[in-house]
Amino acid sequence: MKTLLEVDNLRKSFGGVAANDGISFNVAEGEILGLIGPNGAGKTSLFNAISGEIPPDSGEVRLLGERVSGRGPALCAARGIARTFQVVRSFDSMTVLENVMVGAFARTARPRAAMQAAQETLEFCGLAARADRPAWSLSPPEKRRLEVARALATRPRLLLLDEMLTGLTPTEAQGGVQLVRDVQARGVTIIMVEHVMEVVLPLVSRAVVLNLGRVLTIGAPAEIVKNPEVIKAYLGDRYAAA
Amino acid sequence: MDNDILRRRRRELITGVIVLAALAMLPLPIADVYTRNLLIITLLYAGLAQAWNILGGYCGQISLGHAIYFGVGCYVSTLLYVRLGIPVAFGLFAAGAVCGALALLVGWPCFRLSGHYYAVATVVVGEIGYLLFLNWDFVGAATGIYVPFKGESWLALQFRTQKLPYHYAMLAFVAATWIAAWVIEGSRWGFSWRAVRDDAVAARSLGVRVFASKMAAAAISGFFTGVGGALFAQYVGYIDPDSVLAGTFSILIALPAVLGGVGTLWGPLIGAVVLIPVSELSRSYLGGSGRGVDLMIYGGLIVLVALARPQGLVSLLGLRRRAHENAA
Repeated sequence: MKTLLEVDNLRKSFGGVAANDGISFNVAEGEILGLIGPNGAGKTSLFNAISGEIPPDSGEVRLLGERVSGRGPALCAARGIARTFQVVRSFDSMTVLENVMVGAFARTARPRAAMQAAQETLEFCGLAARADRPAWSLSPPEKRRLEVARALATRPRLLLLDEMLTGLTPTEAQGGVQLVRDVQARGVTIIMVEHVMEVVLPLVSRAVVLNLGRVLTIGAPAEIVKNPEVIKAYLGDRYAAA
Repeated sequence: MDNDILRRRRRELITGVIVLAALAMLPLPIADVYTRNLLIITLLYAGLAQAWNILGGYCGQISLGHAIYFGVGCYVSTLLYVRLGIPVAFGLFAAGAVCGALALLVGWPCFRLSGHYYAVATVVVGEIGYLLFLNWDFVGAATGIYVPFKGESWLALQFRTQKLPYHYAMLAFVAATWIAAWVIEGSRWGFSWRAVRDDAVAARSLGVRVFASKMAAAAISGFFTGVGGALFAQYVGYIDPDSVLAGTFSILIALPAVLGGVGTLWGPLIGAVVLIPVSELSRSYLGGSGRGVDLMIYGGLIVLVALARPQGLVSLLGLRRRAHENAA
């Protein structure tokens, strides 16, 4: 399989604390990659580097061989990297459709084309009925869908989902899982951050486990759950021995 | 394909044409010079507030230094007329261009700040402009400049006693700013700017170039504010730093938009129609008392609106529409 994204020895410190300390891994085109690890492992920092929001101190992120890190989020979006946020961000003075149109305008300058694309994307994400509602009036799970729709409207190659399923009820999370599968079926590669292992592991082909800014291990879900290092990082030494 | 957005935009355009046509008829039955003057000033502020709204409303960058664009616009067209004999019909474009460029120059450092810090920086910029002109002999310093009367002319926008031509000049200014705002609202720029206002981080992640968006909004806003200044200078015939560059002007330009509803097509016009007559009338009837009663009433009105309808007067129209939709 073709490699879409290469993360190469990425480092980022915040005032002496290394959030990312030499992280390297590849993402293959079309896969769903899980990014897991306890709080403070550096997952969101890594997302910020890949999406161009915060430049790394050293190391590179390459999309299809081209360096995208340190060149700003607008360039990353143009090259096909889209993201959602851990704390939902919506354009609250705008309608749901208008929110998604902002994303669609990344690919066209024509308002009608952007509107058409936005409507199709809302249809796909199951939000078509909410199109003309103000964004602030959506429920939390709907807002998460809106973020996915907005990101998808930029027609990304790679979609970064930051704790998209966290805080949802089991039924809502089920709907979210289905949406992720649908997005993958469209040919979009996905990296998803979750710290609820049982939600993320059935979805992903491989997972990268981060701990204290470093890659602990990379592998298929079945290998990950048996890895004593992972158990130790999550549950502490006592359980690893048991 | 027909949906809410397209329908709403068409409806707004039709309403806009009707309102502008009505404003064109309005002064015809009015012979009273005082009232005609009031209409002209109201239109001027409606246009200025819309110009401010393009940056402060749609793009969310609260500028409290717009007096500098207004004042520089006054000076550019007046100096061109006085020193080189270029009539205001051309001078106003020069004024707009200079002010648009000035807005870029101001924006370059200031847009590195955001929120309140940006607003404070613009206050400082406005004050610098005022002090600069106050001490600059080439532009008349504190004495200011008289605009010489060279005979009645549309090109130079000079008329001995008629008020009507000024009314139409100001109305054309209002129309230009309104149409600019309408076009922006439906374009990619408008969407980008509103996204920047609501959440710059999310906007950035969708490929919106935040800094460039702010700069573009500032340039357009500065352009129109400068044009308004050029028209005002020609109307009053005398400018000095205190009457066109003082910090209070920055507030006066922003206030109708804030009161009427920021980031809306109609807010600036509605705000100006309510605010300017109230301030003028209260001043002429109560201002002489020397106790500032007029300003108390004026301030009280603003407080009232801010408390009762923080989204601006324009939201009163939305209320009725929403009730209507719920009933349907």
